Amino acid sequence: MGLEHQLPEVITTRLETAVGWARKHSLFQYPFVTACCGMEYMATAAARYDIARFGAEIPRFSPRQADLLWVVGTVNHKLAPFLRRIYEQMAEPKWVIAFGVCASTGGFYDNYATVQGIDKIIPVDAYIPGCPPRPEQVIDALLKLQEKIQAEPWDKYAYEEKMRQREIDGIIPAPPLFQRPE
Amino acid sequence: MAKKLIDFVQKKFASEVLHTHSRLGNDTVTVKRDKLVEIVRELRDDPSTQMDYLRTITAVDYLPRQPRFELVYVLYSMKHKHMLILRVMLEDSDAVAPSLHTLYGTAGWQEREVWDMYGIRFSGHPDLRRVLLYEEFEGHPLRKDYLKQASQPRVELLARERDSVEEFNIYVNDRPSSGSRDQ
Repeated sequence: MGLEHQLPEVITTRLETAVGWARKHSLFQYPFVTACCGMEYMATAAARYDIARFGAEIPRFSPRQADLLWVVGTVNHKLAPFLRRIYEQMAEPKWVIAFGVCASTGGFYDNYATVQGIDKIIPVDAYIPGCPPRPEQVIDALLKLQEKIQAEPWDKYAYEEKMRQREIDGIIPAPPLFQRPE
Repeated sequence: MAKKLIDFVQKKFASEVLHTHSRLGNDTVTVKRDKLVEIVRELRDDPSTQMDYLRTITAVDYLPRQPRFELVYVLYSMKHKHMLILRVMLEDSDAVAPSLHTLYGTAGWQEREVWDMYGIRFSGHPDLRRVLLYEEFEGHPLRKDYLKQASQPRVELLARERDSVEEFNIYVNDRPSSGSRDQ
């Protein structure tokens, strides 16, 4: 990139910083697209806005290979178990972005069918308002998430740490999703 | 074309017709429930009508009124390009209508949707299950007495597990020395 000659031969850093730096620039995404916000996601991912510039390049269509779950569009109660199962299939460390007002709060679908914000089902790291949001907003959210990833303790998502934190917070692990009728 | 279809139904099934109108170009006939299948079959098969396409089946809930429900069948002819709306009134206590699945292949699906949303049963339907909502849903949401915000979650809804703004402030804003532009 033409930067090599400007860098010193040796760089010292902390391990936590290095891990955060690597994580924030290699976000593999899982787009969970259910509605019209998907068009804005595609616009953001495509050449004009190009989130590949920020390391979020390849959409992975298996949650097992993804770090970042984009919930793009309205999620209704019929779909909720599948969204949570997809979240649980992702390997740690993992982050979630609620894309658009429907995923964030339910939006104007204040009715019997729609989940009033996906944070009722899965934890969310960044919310993007807008109906649909412009690509600039999406990129802003991605940069804010990168800042957070950089600054987080690097073992925050380690299994032991997570379980310890859950015990402190008094959060009981969710029951199994699909209980077959007898 | 106006009134032609209404006259057709009125001539052949005079005792079945309760009410007709053709406001705004919508020829509408309200008929009794019992001979609905015969009326629709006649409309489909007669060469002068040939209503070969069932556009939609839907329903209306006029809650305080009795009879409470009205089923709406929109029939169309691909050949003659004319449309007729059939309406059938149903009492709340006896919300059952004959199924049209033997006449139109699409009727089975649309009757399932009407059952799902309004709770109107169709006698003779081979597989009357919910089509849009999930099996464990109780009640019929487009009925006027269903509370429109009464959701029925399939998974246990959690309290919000993370406050992302607070977390962002803890990790980024309150620790300026370890922001994204790390030294």
